[in-house]
Amino acid sequence: MQQLEILKTYKLYIGGAFPRTESGRFYKLENNKKEVIANMCLSSRKDFRNAVVAARKAFEGWSGRAAFNRGQILYRIAEMLEGRKAQFIEELILQGASKASAEKEVRLVIDRCVYYSGWCDKYQQLFGTVNPVATSHFNFSVPEPTGVVSVIADEHSSLLGLVSVIMPIIAGGNTCIVLASETKPLCSITFAEVLATSDLPGGVVNILTGKSKELHTHFASHMDVNAIIYCRENMEEAKTIAELSSLNVKRSFMWQKDWTKAENENPYLIIDLQEIKTTWHPIENIGVSGAKY
Amino acid sequence: MATTKKNIIKKTVSKKIVSTVNNEKLFVAWENYAPAPESSDHIQLKSQYDLFINGKFVKPLSKEYYDTINPATAKKIASVAKGNEKDIDVAVKAANKAFESWSITEPKERAKYIYRIARMIQERAREFSVIETMNGGKSIRESRDIDVPLAANHFFYYAGWADKLEYAFPNRNPKPIGVAGQIIPWNFPLLMAAWKLAPALATGNTVVLKPAESTPLTALKLAEIIQESGLPDGVVNIVTGFGDCGAALVNHPQVNKIAFTGSTPVGKYIQKAIAGTTKKVTLELGGKAANIIFDDAPIDQAVEGIVNGIFFNQGHVCCAGSRLFIQENVAEKVIKKLKDRMKTLIVGDPMDKNTDIGAINSKEQLDKINHYIKLGQKEGAEIFQPECEIPSNGFFCKPTLFIGTSQSHRIVQEEIFGPVLTIQTFRTIEEVIEKANNIPYGLSAGVWTDKGSKIFNLTTKLRAGVIWANTYNKFDPTSPFGGYKESGFGREGGVHGLLPYVKF
Amino acid sequence: MKFSNVTIDQVGVEERVARFNTRSIKKESKMQGMLLALSMIDLTTLEGKDTAGKVKQMCYKAMHLADDIEGLPTVAAVCVYPNHVKTAKKALENSNVKIASVATAFPSGNSSRKIKLEDVKIAVTNGADEVDMVISRGEFLAGNYNFVFDEIAAIKEACGVARLKVILETGELSTLDNVRKASDIAICAGADFIKTSTGKIQPAATMPVTLVMLQAIKDYYDETEIMIGMKPAGGISTSKQALQYLVMLYETLGEKWMTNEWFRFGASSLANDILLQLGKEKYGVYYSGDYISKD
Repeated sequence: MQQLEILKTYKLYIGGAFPRTESGRFYKLENNKKEVIANMCLSSRKDFRNAVVAARKAFEGWSGRAAFNRGQILYRIAEMLEGRKAQFIEELILQGASKASAEKEVRLVIDRCVYYSGWCDKYQQLFGTVNPVATSHFNFSVPEPTGVVSVIADEHSSLLGLVSVIMPIIAGGNTCIVLASETKPLCSITFAEVLATSDLPGGVVNILTGKSKELHTHFASHMDVNAIIYCRENMEEAKTIAELSSLNVKRSFMWQKDWTKAENENPYLIIDLQEIKTTWHPIENIGVSGAKY
Repeated sequence: MATTKKNIIKKTVSKKIVSTVNNEKLFVAWENYAPAPESSDHIQLKSQYDLFINGKFVKPLSKEYYDTINPATAKKIASVAKGNEKDIDVAVKAANKAFESWSITEPKERAKYIYRIARMIQERAREFSVIETMNGGKSIRESRDIDVPLAANHFFYYAGWADKLEYAFPNRNPKPIGVAGQIIPWNFPLLMAAWKLAPALATGNTVVLKPAESTPLTALKLAEIIQESGLPDGVVNIVTGFGDCGAALVNHPQVNKIAFTGSTPVGKYIQKAIAGTTKKVTLELGGKAANIIFDDAPIDQAVEGIVNGIFFNQGHVCCAGSRLFIQENVAEKVIKKLKDRMKTLIVGDPMDKNTDIGAINSKEQLDKINHYIKLGQKEGAEIFQPECEIPSNGFFCKPTLFIGTSQSHRIVQEEIFGPVLTIQTFRTIEEVIEKANNIPYGLSAGVWTDKGSKIFNLTTKLRAGVIWANTYNKFDPTSPFGGYKESGFGREGGVHGLLPYVKF
Repeated sequence: MKFSNVTIDQVGVEERVARFNTRSIKKESKMQGMLLALSMIDLTTLEGKDTAGKVKQMCYKAMHLADDIEGLPTVAAVCVYPNHVKTAKKALENSNVKIASVATAFPSGNSSRKIKLEDVKIAVTNGADEVDMVISRGEFLAGNYNFVFDEIAAIKEACGVARLKVILETGELSTLDNVRKASDIAICAGADFIKTSTGKIQPAATMPVTLVMLQAIKDYYDETEIMIGMKPAGGISTSKQALQYLVMLYETLGEKWMTNEWFRFGASSLANDILLQLGKEKYGVYYSGDYISKD
């Protein structure tokens, strides 16, 4: 007798663990032949709230790590992805991609992880400055991560769109909560498994599945979220998000991009989620006295 | 260390201090400094000012004017045009037209205009400082020594960037965005105009600037300079008026970028208003900065830093060090020295060169500050104000301390924007970092300690855009300035200050 | 007094000084200040080529700064080497001008305790009202603070009723932290005045070191209510500078110190510059040095 397949339960990824949605709700995921391929968790605002708590908790540790360490972890993500290539390709095909495009996508995603891994300890050197102030002070500016970022990921891309947004966020020391594509969510949870085995601390990335229609207002209005990134095409949602961001002066970004293009892999995506901090300290002049300003 | 008995000779000194050499009363030493007024007869101030649109001074379409006053005397200085949304429309259209040629002007030629403006400000520095003081209430000493030189230097610095933009951002060729709508506050009228105009022009954008309603004059004098500099018509337009003018500018469909410095509530309103549009925005909003004194700080210099932090510009500073944290084991000493130092601060006529604390900018602001002072007393904090004479005319406030406050006092949480300092004690580093960050704002902070590694522990953990270590309230055109969290986003100054005005 | 290691931020001190120097002293405040400054001068001659003749002429000037201008004070004191104290004493016998003598192997201070004490004895026996001693900078920089302290205490004892000014020679101490430390030591050991410099090396008195010393005096007064005097010496030659020092004194220590009992200027050409300014005030036109006696 043929062995029965153990069907995968797709849960959420919050705080490094895989809980179900606290609402207990689900939605059926169908392929383009209208066949049900999985039951996905229909996340609630409480799931989002819990994820923000996890992300905030993880932020101090993640942003406090040596940049080099973050780079190593991002590289490990690429290693784990490489090992699971076949699984991802299969999932993409299940969700309607051709074999060729699936392979291309996975290839690109792995390369993208390696790319951002390299940026972790370099963007500071390009975007930090020592400023030649006119008074006797040492003055320098450094980029610092903005904090907790909520993301409504690309709807059309199951894997590439997701990873292309997560990588620059965490390379820069931020933590995030990502709402995966509603119609193509499978890779997001499998990707969560990759993250869970990559030494990435729990809470740095949190992945929810569900409907943007229900959740986008919460993603945008939560007062403990520092920035929001919206990658879809619903202009009404985009507007609501921008409006609600004003509640706590959230930094809001519309990243509606074609992630297959090379130009959409660059350090400026990291910098969008950075704050520039400028520090001053006096420089003593021994032996020369007199007013300097 | 060995000790020795010391001959204690207590001298009793008479109240009036006189020379005792010849046992004759020769003269009396200072009780107060004699008046030392800055002369104002060399300045040129018109009785009526129009709008500056498309290179000319034009009458407001409403034909209405309003009075702008000197807050030290509460008397009118001049009439200023009351722009409305129709004037804004004309200005934006002029800026849009001018953009076509300005954006393709040779960058090094663009730079030359901006250099000219910088030089002209320097030539007329004294006139600018006098008018700034008369219109805004800040002491002539500060407008002369700080506001005007920094403003000129800001233009000078950004002029130099105009033809070097391809070096500013790795792998990117920056292009101007278009028309920038800029709304500035009343606390540093000329300096804020410089902070807004200089980077916008250097990167090839055109501008419609709306000065604060209570302090329009130095912006209008700047308009005269801009006219004289030969800057092409429409590149800079200045529309004076009230809030409706600002709203019209924010909502105008042909404005591509908004830059706003002002209060957090208005900043949030603006962020909401442009939602759904493609307009870029930078906001520089309020603050409630922590100024932290450790027991190993250079105490006398730290006290000076505290004074600078909260009483500079009458405390009308978004980055003012308004929450003082003193390590408990030196709190008594610091507070005593602070009180002694406050007794030597002179509150008075802003035009007197010896005045340290000038006039509060407006009656509304004075009312707001007094409301907080009453609130602080009601909340049970211990109040201290030095005995000093303050003028009976005009709007003035004594420098004020609230001792023995805690995080939950409203006067500690809310921005007062006046010469009022709240004082809290702390015991450990972790405690003060947590309390310093425990606020929705994040513009600036101050740290005072002699130990290097401790300095960097704090500067890395304090969540604020500008951290002053063993100093306070220092500004420079090369130094990026801006906030975290509800203090806004975007930076002004330095290479980072170019970013809000370009697209890639 | 608790002797703690007070740390000083030099840039902060310079900024405070710059702020003092933005004070604009005009009209009656300026007049009062200049007269006060005159009364605080220790008219000084400390040259190898000093003779009795020179000392006598300087003493006359000390009492008669410019007899054609009314209402002038005399200077506070004259300052000479110990072997000229007798001459000065005789020249000044009918006035209230004090006689200050340098001592303790001035200016280097590199000599034995025995010789330094003998130096003081000569000055005091010959009639000096005040003794200006130098600290042992070498011992200080080597960290032998107890030595420095004990030396000052011993000199103070030898002074008897004469008031002791302790010269720190701030130009050799290099940092403001050292200036503060030396000030604290001198005050605790018995100084009646702390003084910046010998005037023999550069830099002599500057406003930053003076401010640090004034703050040491203030802290001591806050703890003990004992007043200590202060004397910047060398490098103050214009009335504008003198007024700036007075502003700094006034805003740091206050009214009580605004008298020559607690503050002196160690200067040689300052008096004439002040007289130049006073001449302008009296006659209404810019004055010339030709109308003021050099000594």
